[in-house]
Amino acid sequence: MSVSHAGGYIADPRIRPIEWLPWVLALLCYFFAPSYLPLGSYVLTMIIFALSLDLILGYGGIITLGHSAYFGTGAYAAGILAVHLTGEPLVGLVAGTLAAGALGFLTGIVILRTRGLALLMLTLAITSLCFEVANKATSWTGGADGLGGFSVQPIVGLFKFDMFGKTAYLYCLVVLFACWWLVRRLVYSPFGASLTGVRENNLRMHAVGAPVYRRLVIAYTISAALAGLAGALLTQTTQFVGLKVLGFELSGELVVMLVLGGVGRIYGAFIGPLVYLMAQDYLAKQFPEYWYFFIGAILVLVVMFARGGILGILDAGVARLRRRSR
Amino acid sequence: MQALLSSLVSVAFHGLAYGMILYVISVGLSVTMGLMGFANLAHGVFAMAGGYVMLSAMNRFGVPFPIAIAAAFIAVALGSMVLERLLYARLYTAGELEQVLFTIGLIFISVSVARLIYGTLPQPVFLPDYVKGQLRFLGRDFPTYRVVLILFSISIVGLLWFGVERTRWGAMVRAAVDYRAMAQSVGINTSRLFTLTFALGSGLAALGGALGAEIIAIQPSYPFEHLVYFLIVVSLGGLGNLRGPFFAALLIGVADTACKYWVPEFGAFFIFFATIAILLWRPAGLFGRAA
Amino acid sequence: MSVVLETRALCKSFGALTVAEQIHFRLERGARHALIGPNGAGKTTFVNMLTGRLAPSSGQIVLGGEDITALGQAERVKRGLGRTFQINSLFLNAPVVDNVAFAVAEREGVAGRMFRPASHYRAVLDESMALLETLGLAEDARLPVVGLPYGKQRLVEIAIALGLKPRVLLLDEPAAGVPSMESHRILAVLEQLPEDIAILIIEHDMDLVFRFAQRITVLTQGSVLAEGSPAEIGADSRVREVYLGERHA
Repeated sequence: MSVSHAGGYIADPRIRPIEWLPWVLALLCYFFAPSYLPLGSYVLTMIIFALSLDLILGYGGIITLGHSAYFGTGAYAAGILAVHLTGEPLVGLVAGTLAAGALGFLTGIVILRTRGLALLMLTLAITSLCFEVANKATSWTGGADGLGGFSVQPIVGLFKFDMFGKTAYLYCLVVLFACWWLVRRLVYSPFGASLTGVRENNLRMHAVGAPVYRRLVIAYTISAALAGLAGALLTQTTQFVGLKVLGFELSGELVVMLVLGGVGRIYGAFIGPLVYLMAQDYLAKQFPEYWYFFIGAILVLVVMFARGGILGILDAGVARLRRRSR
Repeated sequence: MQALLSSLVSVAFHGLAYGMILYVISVGLSVTMGLMGFANLAHGVFAMAGGYVMLSAMNRFGVPFPIAIAAAFIAVALGSMVLERLLYARLYTAGELEQVLFTIGLIFISVSVARLIYGTLPQPVFLPDYVKGQLRFLGRDFPTYRVVLILFSISIVGLLWFGVERTRWGAMVRAAVDYRAMAQSVGINTSRLFTLTFALGSGLAALGGALGAEIIAIQPSYPFEHLVYFLIVVSLGGLGNLRGPFFAALLIGVADTACKYWVPEFGAFFIFFATIAILLWRPAGLFGRAA
Repeated sequence: MSVVLETRALCKSFGALTVAEQIHFRLERGARHALIGPNGAGKTTFVNMLTGRLAPSSGQIVLGGEDITALGQAERVKRGLGRTFQINSLFLNAPVVDNVAFAVAEREGVAGRMFRPASHYRAVLDESMALLETLGLAEDARLPVVGLPYGKQRLVEIAIALGLKPRVLLLDEPAAGVPSMESHRILAVLEQLPEDIAILIIEHDMDLVFRFAQRITVLTQGSVLAEGSPAEIGADSRVREVYLGERHA
């Protein structure tokens, strides 16, 4: 997919005014749409997850169907920690991030030596493996019933998780802000530029002396760590972790969300999950069986006709407006 | 000792049956991936469709078992041909991401259609009387149907191998798998070849799905749940290969049965672990050629 | 005059097919050396072995006195070996200047930095722009490469290699695919390349070869047929036979 990527050596890294829009919207939602806050927290968590995938897929060009392995690892790490040790949320976040990052590193060094189908297959196999482990190690993970019944303590001892999801929402928002800032920095850095180079022309990157494998491993590890962070966040805001967080279906859904928004564009990771989850919230209630059909059809249509996703369509629209106004 | 031998035979037998089904379903995937270079993750959909066609024919319309099976093969083969001409063919030159996304979209669509028509529960399988019961062999009882399954699958496999080795179609497929561009330049109509081969592969998947309905339950989550196994068979066996996936399927069939029987606490853990290890050692599969 | 790049008894076979046989080759510092030969002679295979894309069956490759036979592509690049590709291998959707900046940044060792924005690395940017200036591409610097005409893309290909400040530059058919009216521009660029870089050029365009090269090596069927100055090669009957004979066939 040809994408207009952010970053590079002549790109202006300063934050443009329109980039503040998502945060404004998010705050508006907090103040004016309080009944949507639980869904909002979920959307924010998924945006972090989508950002992590965008880093490795949109920028690195590594196609993976197994990203939920890292999300789930982070989720279970936070959950198990909360059950056995402490419900302190920040510690849980760190635990989830580190656990997933470690797994990402170990699997990354091994699978990034391959490419194409073998790589895709390995990502699927790793997720399936994690799923099986969680499924069978019931004393730790609760198996098919999941892990619940733990409580999450107030953040830094001050902010208690309330019934309406207000604290959770702001918690997710702050974490997302931090992740966004980090990913954005990464994308505009020389490292981010070289990732784009690897995606665009792997052979040429080798021929300019880039240590491609090492760069991909680093990107993959960071991506896995962020996915784990998102997973831990989910566990804490819902106070539950179940097998779904490790499923292939979640990985597939995430890819759909990201492609829907636009791959390799940072903000595609914002729009995609938002549109998908809001549509799902509305439509799945009315017509649950039709939801999957709808999503499948949209996916096929996007692949056939709108490869840049929503942002791609917006880009084309803007370009057409500009041409008309001349 | 007697008990151990007995369970070994049992595991081997059931593993063999499962492995044969896996092969019949997955061989089409291996050939089309090797031939068209297309990662068709939706292959399980055809197997599921075959199962649904057969079971609908039998349960709702009272069609006899052998005809229902044939109907499954034909209906799905024809349907897949339409899909291939309309949709798949446009993506042969597209990138891997597009292909993956498209096939996931297909899975979503078919899963929801299956749910809408048939509901979420597995379909009941009512086998005809003449394949029910047990067969006595060497002092042991074996389920008749599984024996029939194994024998039938072996004959399908034999036919397939013969067809690919001896017919002109087979020669063209082998040539096109080896050197697609060359095949085109010697006048092989690759697009027609693709369509025919795709139809055959999907038909076989349908056959496998229908025959194996008793072993792999037919339900809407089928393409999601079993995709991993089909892909494992193909990746371990090698793309564009007939023999490789056969041995890989048998291996997986027996290993999975053995694991579920002897170490159920671990389930499929070893299968996935072994797959990862093997793919790292040999990314082109145990029997495949390095790209 | 020191030898910068050398191969000793370099051989490559794919099973029964031998594509390189006992190639002894030397490239001097500041050389302007051309490698010619009929199609299928093994020229690109030879270059792929030099750059590390292909491993030789036997023999040694020595760069600046160091045996690099076992090293990978990226490591050879770090030691000063740059190349261009016969068919453009560019970062098509990136701006022209970025294409060069990738190479410059790698050489400077800053390409892996993760915090400061890339555009703050002014030294990389300035050097890339200066390079584009010398190649006459400055006005296209901000445009995506994919929009450029093929001849200019070919120049970008060379620019990337130059961004590596190589000691040895391997140019694989730099004029290939470029309309003959524009190939003079490529030649002009080649003539202006720094004197101390050793350049090996593979070409079919004999005009360019004879105007540019100071030494020519002729390769046929994987082995060296002749080597010498342009005048010597031009007068060599064996070489004429190889080319004339091929034209008749």
